Amino acid sequence: MTVEVTRTADGLRLARLDLFFVELLRQIPLSADPRDCDAARDRIYPVASNDPEAAEANEEWRTYVHPELKELFTTATDAVREDLEDFEQLDESQENWAFEVPALHFDQWLNVLNQARLALAARFEFQESEMSQNGPQTIETVRDLSLFQVHFYGFLQECLLQDLAG
Amino acid sequence: MGNGETTVEKESSTQTALDIPWNVVVHNDPVNLMTYVTMVFQRVFGYSKARAQKHMLEVHQHGRSIVWTGVREPAESYVEQLQAYLLLATLEKSQ
Repeated sequence: MTVEVTRTADGLRLARLDLFFVELLRQIPLSADPRDCDAARDRIYPVASNDPEAAEANEEWRTYVHPELKELFTTATDAVREDLEDFEQLDESQENWAFEVPALHFDQWLNVLNQARLALAARFEFQESEMSQNGPQTIETVRDLSLFQVHFYGFLQECLLQDLAG
Repeated sequence: MGNGETTVEKESSTQTALDIPWNVVVHNDPVNLMTYVTMVFQRVFGYSKARAQKHMLEVHQHGRSIVWTGVREPAESYVEQLQAYLLLATLEKSQ
């Protein structure tokens, strides 16, 4: 499995994508949504203080700050979802698709990829050792697949960060 | 006269509460990339790359780093900005 990444005038182009990677990319918005997972929601929407005496301040944080964060995250996710409608099929093989992350949306992509990685890591309770390795050697379970997703999304983040750093 | 003294005392007390320095703390998590954390510190605080990397490594190696200290209102704003970048940031009273 090889993904080709190149910088174009308009963004970051991913090519030689087979359907597996196309599907991983399409899963980004859904993966970023904490849905029914409290651990994922708590990680994406943290409180302001770990002090046990700060319950009131944390309640205010939930009331006033979390809606602002939610609006920001939703806007970024909507932009990424719209970008993901533009896959390009390069031949009839189903093994050669291309996709371009628009440079104007790099920040939104970084944000949503981070949401997805954090939500998946919280949902599946990935340990630091699993995060620091190169990803699973084989994919046999949903957990393996999710760990692979986290690593693949991290690879995309690194590509975007390298570009932003010039 | 008595009322005047009371007013002064209240103002003094309020001023003392506002003057307590607050720390903006970033905590380690195994998910955020080191390069991403460095970029966020540069963007939010305007830190040099070297200073941003120093705080990033402190988070990574020691589990947390105090990235800014000052009065409460801007400290809250910084925590919100860091959380908008999905860093695990909290506010605490400075010792």
